[in-house]
Amino acid sequence: MGFHLLSPSYCCGYQPSPPISHGLLRFRPVTGIPKPSPQKGQLHQSRRASKVLAYYGITTPPYKLDALEPYMSQRTLELHWGKHHRDYVDSLNKQLVKSPLYGHTMEELIKVTYNNGNPLPEFNNAAQVWNHDFFWESMQSGGGKLPQGGVLQQIEKDFDSYSNFRDTFVESAMALFGSGWVWLVLRTEEKKLSVVRTSNAICPLVWGDIPIIALDMWEHAYYLDYKDDREKYINTFMDNLVSWHAATVRMLRAEAFVNLGEPKIPVA
Amino acid sequence: MGGASLLSALACGVSSSSIGAPPHSFLCPTPNRRRKSRRKVRCAPITAQFELKPPPYPLDSLEPHMSRETLEHHWGRHHRGHVDSLNARIAGTQLEEMELEDVVVASYNKGSPLPPFVHAAQVWNHDFFWRSMEPGGGGKPSGELMGLIERDFGSFERMLKEFKEAASTQFGSGWAWLAYKANRLDVGNAVNPCPSEKDNKLVIAKTPNAVNPLVWDYSPLLAVDVWEVCDFSFLFFLSFFVFFFLKLYSGWQRACTDLPLMFRCKFVLFVQHAYYLDYENRRADYVSIFMEKLVSWDIVSSRLHIATARAAERAREDERRRREDDVEITNREAVEMYVDSDNDSEPE
Repeated sequence: MGFHLLSPSYCCGYQPSPPISHGLLRFRPVTGIPKPSPQKGQLHQSRRASKVLAYYGITTPPYKLDALEPYMSQRTLELHWGKHHRDYVDSLNKQLVKSPLYGHTMEELIKVTYNNGNPLPEFNNAAQVWNHDFFWESMQSGGGKLPQGGVLQQIEKDFDSYSNFRDTFVESAMALFGSGWVWLVLRTEEKKLSVVRTSNAICPLVWGDIPIIALDMWEHAYYLDYKDDREKYINTFMDNLVSWHAATVRMLRAEAFVNLGEPKIPVA
Repeated sequence: MGGASLLSALACGVSSSSIGAPPHSFLCPTPNRRRKSRRKVRCAPITAQFELKPPPYPLDSLEPHMSRETLEHHWGRHHRGHVDSLNARIAGTQLEEMELEDVVVASYNKGSPLPPFVHAAQVWNHDFFWRSMEPGGGGKPSGELMGLIERDFGSFERMLKEFKEAASTQFGSGWAWLAYKANRLDVGNAVNPCPSEKDNKLVIAKTPNAVNPLVWDYSPLLAVDVWEVCDFSFLFFLSFFVFFFLKLYSGWQRACTDLPLMFRCKFVLFVQHAYYLDYENRRADYVSIFMEKLVSWDIVSSRLHIATARAAERAREDERRRREDDVEITNREAVEMYVDSDNDSEPE
């Protein structure tokens, strides 16, 4: 379970290529390393292949497809994950066959293909794969309620109160027109949490911010369960689905990159 | 004072049913008539409220290709929502008195859209979309439209292929269009150095979210809505039969209690996947059905007629203006030549 809650570049499925000894340009078969599950950024080396291929695989959500009932139906997950997410992965792999981009982790690939605002064709697929991974991990059965500990403190510091943050999040999601995502991000430059909404496939990684929670506002995410009642969908997400446990883990990791100030150590 | 009551009389006179009133009541209000006009002043001020126009066919007439539920939802809720939001947003602004197309172009604001834009554009787009369909539609176009299609795309099939591709590759939400391009650049003195008949041509365009080709000064002829809502409605329709059979099957499954759960789930998933449309093909199939069974080529032809007439009118106006400018320049040049020749003689 721990594996699923960490962001992809952190995952232990990533295997760096074994070092090639100097002067001997020999490919050694990968042995002695536990067989990785199909994950991102793996370089497959084999004696037969003369060309190094990289591919990305689909990850499964860290819960069964019916675990989020009745808030997100099994049918939605089957369609959303099984068809949409899978198709993004397949399209990305197809595109990468012809392009020179390989060997990146998913996060690197997104930044490279975003190309500072002039996205390459692979960007949409790569970003959507990552976004959906992140989205599945942002939810849990029995989720919602209040954030715990450090996250709650930070939210109260940056939004004045949890309900303020919740209102901002819901408002931002309702104001989104078309397809897109709503995020709770930790801004690296301003060193505070903030709510951000993005269009289509864009994700805050491209600006160097660290996402903490994501909500998919593409119609395919909620149409089957909520038709066009987006407010109900967003509120249900906040009350019953969002995984503050995942948010806490991500915050912990983010604090290694962003200095959020002195910790409040209680004085005896 | 007289002027004020005149104006208000004029204003209310237009809205109220006072067509039968004698015309000189506006010109010289007598005390009696002034009282009448004062009564008219109390009538409600004119506001241009956009209304939700129904499709020109009953909601169930597009069955079985587009179900009544789809239309009720798409028109009755989404389209209606946009109309209401638009009216709310333009109330009290200068956009209120404009025609819908002008509101769209004005609120697009040359690329930095104002808040009413999405609603105005979606109202216009949906109106256009409903009118682009008809019960028993489809088939092939004829006449001028077919001639232009063959001139600009090679063949009708190629145009279809390009249209489907545009619709399928529109990432996120948006629209796919067939439009008549006879636009003028938005620059003061843009002149086409080598004008030809082929400058005015049919094009296929795709736009994101609510944008439509009016903002580029094209004349749209045909639109298809490729927001995911439409893909879903289409999927619902085709899956209806699948789910009906699945329900029967799962009922039988429950009866066989000795079947292991894993096998049951996998089998059901397998059957669903076997019948589900592939994501790439779902939108393509929806657009195919739209083009084969729903599109109204008569309407498209009539729109083309209007568009070509407008382009011809513009060309005539441009020609006239160019001739006027030429005359002006010729006159000016004559004066300057006179002055120049005067100066030229001096140094010598």
